[in-house]
Amino acid sequence: MSFLDHLIIMPILLPLGAAALTLLFDDTRREIKAGINFAATILLVAVAIALLMQTDAVTREGTELTVTYQLGNWPAPFGIVLVADRLSAIMVLLAGILGINALIYSMARWQAAGPHFHMLFQMLLMGLNGAFLTGDLFNLFVFFEVMLAASYGLLLHGSGVLRVRAGLHYIAINLAASSLFLIGVSLIYGVTGTLNMADLALRIPHVPANDLGLLHAGAAILGIAFLVKAGMWPLNFWLPTTYAAASAPVAGLFAIMTKVGVYIVLRLTLLLFGEHAGASFGFGQTFLMIGGLATIAFGTVGVLASQSTGRLAGYSVLVSSGTLLAAIGMGDRAVTGGLLFYLVSSTLTISAFLMLVELIERARVAGADVLAVTMEAYGEDDEELEHEEEVGVVIPSTMAILGVCFALCGLLLSGVPPFSGFISKFAMLSAVLQSEDAASPIPASTWWLIGLLIISGLASLIAMTRTGIATFWATLEGQTPSVRVIEIAPIAILIALCLGLTVAGGPVLRFMDLAADALHTPTDYIEDIIGTTPAAHAGGAS
Amino acid sequence: MELVLAIGIGVLAGSGVFLLLRPRTFQVIIGLSLLSYAVNLFIFSMGRIRLNAAPVLDPAANDPALYTDPVPQALVLTAIVIGFAMTALFLVVLLASRGFTGTDHVDGRER
Repeated sequence: MSFLDHLIIMPILLPLGAAALTLLFDDTRREIKAGINFAATILLVAVAIALLMQTDAVTREGTELTVTYQLGNWPAPFGIVLVADRLSAIMVLLAGILGINALIYSMARWQAAGPHFHMLFQMLLMGLNGAFLTGDLFNLFVFFEVMLAASYGLLLHGSGVLRVRAGLHYIAINLAASSLFLIGVSLIYGVTGTLNMADLALRIPHVPANDLGLLHAGAAILGIAFLVKAGMWPLNFWLPTTYAAASAPVAGLFAIMTKVGVYIVLRLTLLLFGEHAGASFGFGQTFLMIGGLATIAFGTVGVLASQSTGRLAGYSVLVSSGTLLAAIGMGDRAVTGGLLFYLVSSTLTISAFLMLVELIERARVAGADVLAVTMEAYGEDDEELEHEEEVGVVIPSTMAILGVCFALCGLLLSGVPPFSGFISKFAMLSAVLQSEDAASPIPASTWWLIGLLIISGLASLIAMTRTGIATFWATLEGQTPSVRVIEIAPIAILIALCLGLTVAGGPVLRFMDLAADALHTPTDYIEDIIGTTPAAHAGGAS
Repeated sequence: MELVLAIGIGVLAGSGVFLLLRPRTFQVIIGLSLLSYAVNLFIFSMGRIRLNAAPVLDPAANDPALYTDPVPQALVLTAIVIGFAMTALFLVVLLASRGFTGTDHVDGRER
């Protein structure tokens, strides 16, 4: 085995090692911790890019589709496997990119707001990568808990009344969701006798009819656990408060946490209940469709009703989640390609926006209209921070630069041409319309999706314009806020990546279409892991 | 045996959900604990209930029918450890919230 064969486990081992290493230094030597964290995250991005090229190259030869890695060399259905296909590789890279930008942002001042920031940061990355790469349901639970445990710590980073209160709700709802996760996993194990995802896909078509109810109940309960994370209405009332309460770099990294839920729903729906699933084909699609549409509607109303910019960002997260869930509910190959493009584009945009929010709120604090909530959020710890550590150079003409970033975020969020928000929405909508048979009328659910998508874009535009006018066109009394280069640079990088997605729209969309094809035809995925195809398995069983 | 186990899980889960929905943080944490006990028993029962059978294979006797399923036992061990750690973490946040707000209401203020 060459080094490249072990590449797939690096996104898990690297953050684990870095997290352990940062524990060796105490908080007075924070620059060493930050250095370790930075080096590890940069390496992670490099590994993710290598993994992405690896998954893409394997397919071009036309022989293999996925990179699999058997832990401890145990054969697949018995041991735990790690699996990387295009989708996992994209998600790992996305996590790395958000990580590095959030980290650069935090170096200005947030890293000093409490202990163990860098350790928790790396553990969150490890949990995320593990959840993206694992091919085993129970292993997924373990990585989910690693991710959640780190996220509890990071959410509370900086302390303060608002954060502790939001953290209490966040932890309680996630502990309850974890219980549901376990119930779902054990029900599925009880019916099928396996926890390997590919093996499950092989066995589900052969589940006897009188056990199907139990299997579907298990899958539905498991799905609820992920939908809580993804923020589907009515399981999402915790989300805007939590995201508004989190400190800015943490919120920027949390932008991908809802996408973990979406990723797993997408993978499991298409793998377990795809074309070959027999009696279980298409299970849960209608529910996802309706839930997704309700989430878009709820998010749209929330975006319009938000008083503070932080909550506006929280509701934008919901709109994005709802769009993705509804598009998964369509269950169409061409739509899935656009959906993946939208996933990447909207995650980058929202991460940039969540970090930008804090800088804008800082401008508000410098102005006259201090929101009581904001003051409470920053608490007393911040006041001391202002004096001791602020790293980096202050940028000139702050308000102009913030304004440009804000305007670009608004354009990306609302999906106005020519940016990637528009391209991704256009890819989805045109696929939705084309996929239907020309003779048959387009179903009502499709019209609802099209209508809600466009209205949600309009609502984002209205809300962003309103906030922009109130913030940037207001007369500022006193001094303008001081913003460091290392605070604005990550936001600029994320927005630049979105613009890059626009320019490279064609190649990226082709890549996403290939990833979507692989998701909709899981035969090769299953064959790579188990060594047998669904057809051969059916022949052997009968 | 099955009935006793089913009733046990049902009572634990029912009490857990009831307490989870109460307004005091201490009730919530006890509710979460009860719920996790119920879930652990449930995972355990998904390996089918077998009496007097070992989960560890003996090379001399290779018939799987002689053994109980070891996988749920391994799963439940992991679930117990994780659940315990999360409850401890929740307890710390609960105390922090009590210290900050001066009340044990889950919303940080009395209604």
